[in-house]
Amino acid sequence: MGDNKLHVLKGIDAHIREGELVSIMGSSGSGKSTLLNILGILDNYDSGEYLLNNTLVKDLSETKAAHYRNQFIGFVFQSFNLVSFKNAMENVALPLYYKGISRKKRNLMALEYLDKMGLRNWAEHMPNELSGGQKQRVAIARALITQPKVILADEPTGALDSVTSLEVMNILKDVNRQGITVIIVTHEKDISEMTQRVIRLRDGVIEN
Amino acid sequence: MFDLDKWEEIFSSIGKNKLRTFLTAFSVFWGIFMLIILLGAGNGLENGLKNEFSNDAINTIWVYSGATTMPHNGMKPGRHVQFTNADIEEIKRTVPGVVHISTQTNIYGEKQINYKNNQGAFEIRASYPGHRHIEKLEILEGRFINDADIMAFRKVTALSKSVKAALFKEEDAIGKYIRINNIPVKVVGIFDDSGGEKGRQQLYLPITTAQKVFSMQNRIDNFMMTINTTSLEESNAIVEKIRAKVAERHNFAIEDQGAVFISNKIKELKKYTNIFDGVNIFIWIIGIGTIIAGIVGVSNIMTIVVKERTKEIGIRKALGATPFSVVSLIVQEAIIITSVAGYFGLVAGVGLLEAVAKNVPPAPFFDRPEVDIMIAVYATILLVVAGTLAGIFPAMKAAQIKPVVALRDE
Repeated sequence: MGDNKLHVLKGIDAHIREGELVSIMGSSGSGKSTLLNILGILDNYDSGEYLLNNTLVKDLSETKAAHYRNQFIGFVFQSFNLVSFKNAMENVALPLYYKGISRKKRNLMALEYLDKMGLRNWAEHMPNELSGGQKQRVAIARALITQPKVILADEPTGALDSVTSLEVMNILKDVNRQGITVIIVTHEKDISEMTQRVIRLRDGVIEN
Repeated sequence: MFDLDKWEEIFSSIGKNKLRTFLTAFSVFWGIFMLIILLGAGNGLENGLKNEFSNDAINTIWVYSGATTMPHNGMKPGRHVQFTNADIEEIKRTVPGVVHISTQTNIYGEKQINYKNNQGAFEIRASYPGHRHIEKLEILEGRFINDADIMAFRKVTALSKSVKAALFKEEDAIGKYIRINNIPVKVVGIFDDSGGEKGRQQLYLPITTAQKVFSMQNRIDNFMMTINTTSLEESNAIVEKIRAKVAERHNFAIEDQGAVFISNKIKELKKYTNIFDGVNIFIWIIGIGTIIAGIVGVSNIMTIVVKERTKEIGIRKALGATPFSVVSLIVQEAIIITSVAGYFGLVAGVGLLEAVAKNVPPAPFFDRPEVDIMIAVYATILLVVAGTLAGIFPAMKAAQIKPVVALRDE
């Protein structure tokens, strides 16, 4: 946001293949969230190159970035980030609105994805009527509905207890098994241990 | 750009944020409502003013006699000024700009007016033919008194509609004779007076006839005239000429304000129109102030709305919303709220004015508080456009927010 430059990432060289389940670990201030934001085209970077699906993602216009996010990336956040005045089904259906899919069709699809998350009966509930685990499952359903290439999860279990965390991780693993690349940012060791590869960050560089 | 889906999106957002919708809507509603009420009140005053003046021609000068208050040419003050027919002829002949000149001389004493067995006491005015232009009389049947009547002292009369109705009922009156103190007078015309004197019970006689019949010699009470200008300066110049002429003829000091009273209707109207122009300007200033308050209210609320929705906007952007879609969502919401509220303000304001116009009788200087519907519509459009502009800037700012920032956990 500010104009003064702060170098958070100081040279990252990594390749994440299609279909991988990767976790990015590091203590706070290590730059892991910044990296995730760059991967999610939510933030710009000053130098270097980021290739997503063999496309160079750099200095995109907002509109183009929005298009890529909609097409390739599904987000899962620590604080769920559901739209508070929309019910579970409408939240899940929202990305499809920006794809230009009709309301009827996208609500139908949203119900289908909620069903996969075992939340069919909660479709009409507002976010504040759902538990943390349920909210996160709604958020995952929303991330999946556009059939993205990559799921970016920023501390997806950060606000959940250990049992629910495990549930959510199982879902993400499940998603990965369907061939979707999943990248999880976490600072919890037991979460990162459930992934195939761990990228450790310290002070803006990858640790080996 | 009609996009049903976007509208559903907007309506669901409006429906789920009732308080903020209400607050926005109310400031717009109130702005329009107050503007219309103010403009309506202003027009009511103006209509009332026009009514006050519309019963007579506006470009008239009325001259009434008085008594001298200053010694002049060795004569003591307190002399009564008596006008005669010669005054009228002299004024007409020597003062340029005078078009129609007449008198409205009263016939004193009890007068019995009857036709067969119908009778009544009506106001008798002895005048010249030009009087009908001064009083703006509308001739319904026959004719008004004319110059030939004046020259030949004919015993003819023109009756107002209500006198005719009182004396003749359904019967035809033209050519019949009524009796005034048992003197037969032929009815030559029926007229109606416009404006405030509508329905008055009056009848007109030729001044010369009246003077002869009622032994008034050549006396007249007053005289009045229409002039060929509506400009204040020119009419004032004519007034001065008349004053000089009358002073010379009746031998009093020109600066003697008591000897004659001259009323210039143009000057009087001007006095009122100046006041009402001031009132109108005042009303517009308040009205525009109200509109500005509405605009400020809307922009305030839109700024808050955008702030409140920052997180939602961040979410939407992360899910693939383009800046354009974010801006159009917020702006269209603003348009819908302001236009619906503006429309209701318009309907409520006009409705109230209509109710007042229907149920409140016209008072002096207040009548028909109506509003030019186009002005009201323009004001509404202005407020909607301003509300939209007020929404655009915060919305554009919101659209520029990086989702990272918007989504940052507090």
